Amino acid sequence: MSAVALRAAGLNKTWGGFVANRDVSLELAVGERHALIGPNGAGKTTFINLLTGVLTPTAGDVYVGEENVTRLAQHERVARGMTRTYQITSLFPSLTVLESVVLAILEREGLATNWWKSVAQHSGAAREAKDLLERLHLGAEAGKPTKSLAYGKQRLVEIALALATKPKILLLDEPAAGIPAAQSAEVFEVIAGLPRDVTILFIEHDMQIVFRFAERVSVLVAGAMLMQGTPDEVANDARVKQVYLGEAPHD
Amino acid sequence: MIANFIGVLFDGIAYGSLLFLISIGLSVTLGLMNFVNLAHGAFAMLGGYVCVMLMTRWGVPFLATLPIAFIATATVGAVLERTLYRRLYKASHLDQVLFSIGLTFMAIAAATYAWGPSQQPVRLPDLLRGQVEVFGLQLGTYRLFLVAVVVAITFALAWLMEKTRFGAQVRSAVDDADVANGVGINVNLIFSLMFALGTGLAGLGGALGIDVLGLDPTFPLKYMVYFLLVVAVGGAGTIRGPLVAALVLGIFDVAGKYYVPQVGAFIIYTLMVLLLIAFPAGLYGRRA
Amino acid sequence: MTGGAQIAEMARPRIEAMAEGLSTARWTLTEVAFWLVPVACFFLLSDYLVLGSQILITALFALSLDLVLGYAGVVSLGHAAFFGLGAYTAGLLGRHGWGEPLSGLLLAAAVAALAGWLTSFLVVRGRDLTRLMVTLGIGLLFFEAANKAAFVTGGVDGLSGVTMWKLFGVFRFDLGGKTAYAYSLVVLFVAFVFARRLVASPFGLSLRAVRENATRMPALGASVRSRLVIAYTIGAALAGIAGALLAQTTQFVGLDSLGFQRSAELVVMLVLGGAGRLYGAVIGTALFMIAQDWLSGLNPVYWQFWIGLLLVVIVLFARGGILGVADQAMAAWRRKAEP
Repeated sequence: MSAVALRAAGLNKTWGGFVANRDVSLELAVGERHALIGPNGAGKTTFINLLTGVLTPTAGDVYVGEENVTRLAQHERVARGMTRTYQITSLFPSLTVLESVVLAILEREGLATNWWKSVAQHSGAAREAKDLLERLHLGAEAGKPTKSLAYGKQRLVEIALALATKPKILLLDEPAAGIPAAQSAEVFEVIAGLPRDVTILFIEHDMQIVFRFAERVSVLVAGAMLMQGTPDEVANDARVKQVYLGEAPHD
Repeated sequence: MIANFIGVLFDGIAYGSLLFLISIGLSVTLGLMNFVNLAHGAFAMLGGYVCVMLMTRWGVPFLATLPIAFIATATVGAVLERTLYRRLYKASHLDQVLFSIGLTFMAIAAATYAWGPSQQPVRLPDLLRGQVEVFGLQLGTYRLFLVAVVVAITFALAWLMEKTRFGAQVRSAVDDADVANGVGINVNLIFSLMFALGTGLAGLGGALGIDVLGLDPTFPLKYMVYFLLVVAVGGAGTIRGPLVAALVLGIFDVAGKYYVPQVGAFIIYTLMVLLLIAFPAGLYGRRA
Repeated sequence: MTGGAQIAEMARPRIEAMAEGLSTARWTLTEVAFWLVPVACFFLLSDYLVLGSQILITALFALSLDLVLGYAGVVSLGHAAFFGLGAYTAGLLGRHGWGEPLSGLLLAAAVAALAGWLTSFLVVRGRDLTRLMVTLGIGLLFFEAANKAAFVTGGVDGLSGVTMWKLFGVFRFDLGGKTAYAYSLVVLFVAFVFARRLVASPFGLSLRAVRENATRMPALGASVRSRLVIAYTIGAALAGIAGALLAQTTQFVGLDSLGFQRSAELVVMLVLGGAGRLYGAVIGTALFMIAQDWLSGLNPVYWQFWIGLLLVVIVLFARGGILGVADQAMAAWRRKAEP
C-alpha cells in the first residue's frame, strides 16, 4: 500500500443543530487524484475548510502524513505542504498578477518578512513567478492589476497562487467554476500536468471532467460520505444515481 | 443603601433605554446596509434642536414636539440617504467612516453657527417633573416616562419586524440583500424606509434625551462612542442585542459615575474594550 | 550578505524589474526635488519655521498612520495614543532632568512601541468595526489615564517645564525654531527612508496583500495576525517619535496630544494626500496644516465645517486623495496622448 498524504478521521462539524459534516473520513495516497462530488449543500466546501484549518472540527482529526494537524492554524498547514483554492475567487484586487505570485513564492521561502531588500531585488522569486505564469498562459497579464483581468483569467491566478506555494497536497474547490466548458478542460489539463507526487483533491460538478481526471471519487451527501470508489464504481452505483437523478434504486 | 442602589439601577436603566432608542437606527444601518455611520449622533442632535426650537420660539408643548422631532429627522435622514449615503453602501468601511465623520464635523459646525456653543435648556411639563413613589421607592417621573416610551417603542418595533410583511422583507434583506432583490423585494425602498425610521428614532431619542444627556453642538462626538458601543457589543441587525448592550452600558456608566466618580469614564472604556475582545462579533453576532 | 555582495546586488540593472512593476527602492529625481523643498524653506522662510516644524512632526505622525492604515488596512481612530505616549515620555524625561534629545526620542519610540505591541493583540482581532472601536477605546483610555494622572502629567493644564539640552551638545533649541526645524526634518527624513524601504520590501508587499484580502493570506502560508502585530508596533513607534519631537521642540505637552480630535484630523490629512502612498501622508499634512494656519483667523468652528465638507468631497469624488487624483489625471492624459 502506498504512503498516505492526507487523512481525515471522522470529521464532524455542527453549528447549533445544523450538521454540516457528519463523521466524514477520507484517505488520500501520495499522488492520488481524487474528486469530491455531491449535490449543492452537501458540505463539500465545509469539508475543505476543515481540512485546511479555516474551520475547526467539532470532532475528528486531520493528518498530513503521520502528523496530526487538527490544532494547527491554516498558515501552519500550508507550511506542511497543503494549500487550496477558493470556489469564490479570492485574490488581491489591486496587486498585479506578478506581485501576487511573487508574494506567494516569498511566503513559501520565508522571505516575506524581509524588510530591508526591495521586492524587485528578489529576482529569483520574480523569475520563478514569471515561469509559472507562462505555464498558465498568464504571461501577458503579469503586470496588470488582478482586478482588471477577465473572470476566467482570475480563476487561473487563483490556481497560480496555490501552485506557487509548491504544495504536496492541493485542494481545489471548483477550480473551473464559472468558466465555459471548453476553457475548464484547459484548466484541468494544467492541473493534470502537475508533478505526479502532488496529491490533489478537487470538487467538481462536471461529471465528464471528474471521470476524465479523477482516479478515485468520493460522494458526499447531506454532510455524510455516501460512498468512495473508482469513477466506474461511482458511475454505476445505484445510490449515487438516486441522489443525482432522483431515481429509485432498481434491484 | 438598597433603595439608593435601586435608584442608581433605575437611572441606569432609563439612561440605557435612551441609548438604545438612539442606537437602534445605527444598528439598522450597520446590519442592513453594512454602513458604519459615525454621523448617527448628529441626527439625534437634530431632533434635540428641533424640540428646543419648537418650544422656545413657537411655544409648542414638549410632548407635541416629540412626534415632530421624529418626523423632521426622519425626513432629513431619508433625503440624505437618497442623495449621499446610498452612493457609499458598497464602499469600504474606511470611506464610510471618513464620509460620516465629515458629516459629523459639518453638523457640529452648523449647530454652533445656528444655536451657539452653549447647552440648550429644556422645560419639561409639570406633569413629568418631580418624583413619584412606586412600591415605596422615589423614582424620577421623567425617567419613568422615558422607560415607558422606550418599552412601548421596542414592542412596536418587535411587532413591526416579527409580525408584518414589511418586517419579513427587512429580515430577508438583512440576510442577503442580493437574494432579497432577486425574489422581487424592493430593497432600495426598504433601505430608505429603514434609514428614515432609524434616524427618526434617533431624533426622537435626542429630543427625549435633552434632560438626561444634555444638548450642545459637541453632542454627536461626545456620545458617538456610546452609540457605536451599543451596536458593536450588541451585534448589528437585531433588536435584542443592542437592547441588552444599551442597558448594561447605561447601568455601568451611571453606577460608575455615582460610586467611583474619580475613575470617571475609565469604567466605560475598559468595559468597551473588554466586551469587544470577548465578543468580536457582538453579544448576539449573526456572523460567526 | 556581505557588504560587497550587497552593493553588487544593488548595482545590478533593475530596468527589467521596473518594467514588471515590482517595487524597487530606487530614488527618482522627483523625489529628490521633493525633499529639496523643505530644505529650501529652512533658508527662505525663516519666519515660518515654527509652523514648519509642526508640519514636519505631524507629517511623521501621518507617515506612521499610513503604514497601519494605508498599507496594512487597519482603520485606527486612536493613533494619537502613541503620539501622546511618546510626547509624555520625552516631556517627562526633560522635566525630570534628562534633556538629551536623541536618547529621549529613542526611549519614547521604545515606550510607544511596547504599548503598540501590547495593544496590537487586541486590535488584530475582529473586523473593521471592532477594530475601529477598539482603537478608539484604547485612545480614549490613554486620554483618560493622562487626564486622571494629573500629578504626573499636569492633567488639563499640560506638562510644562520641559528643559532640553543642546542637540549633540552644540545646537541650542532657539526661539526662532531653526534647530527644531532642522532636527524635525532630519528625523522625518530618516523615518521616511526607513518606511520607504519597508513598503518596497516583501514585508510591505505582504501588508498590502493583507489589506487587499486578509482571508486569502493564510492559504499562502502567512499568519495575518503576526504581520499586523509588527506593522502596528512599527506604526506606534514612529508615532511615539513624532510625539517626542513635538514635546522636545515645543517643550510642552498638552492633553490634546492624546485626544480623539488629533486622531481624527490625522486620518483626514492622510486621506487628503492619499493613503497607501508615503508621499500622500507628507503632502496631505502640509496642505492641511498650511490651510489651517491661514484659515484659523476665522472662527475655528468654520474650519471644522470645511474639513467636514472636504472629507465628504474626497470620499465621494476624489478617492485616493490628491495623489490618487493626480495619478488618474496622468493616466487619462497618457491614454489621450496615445493614438
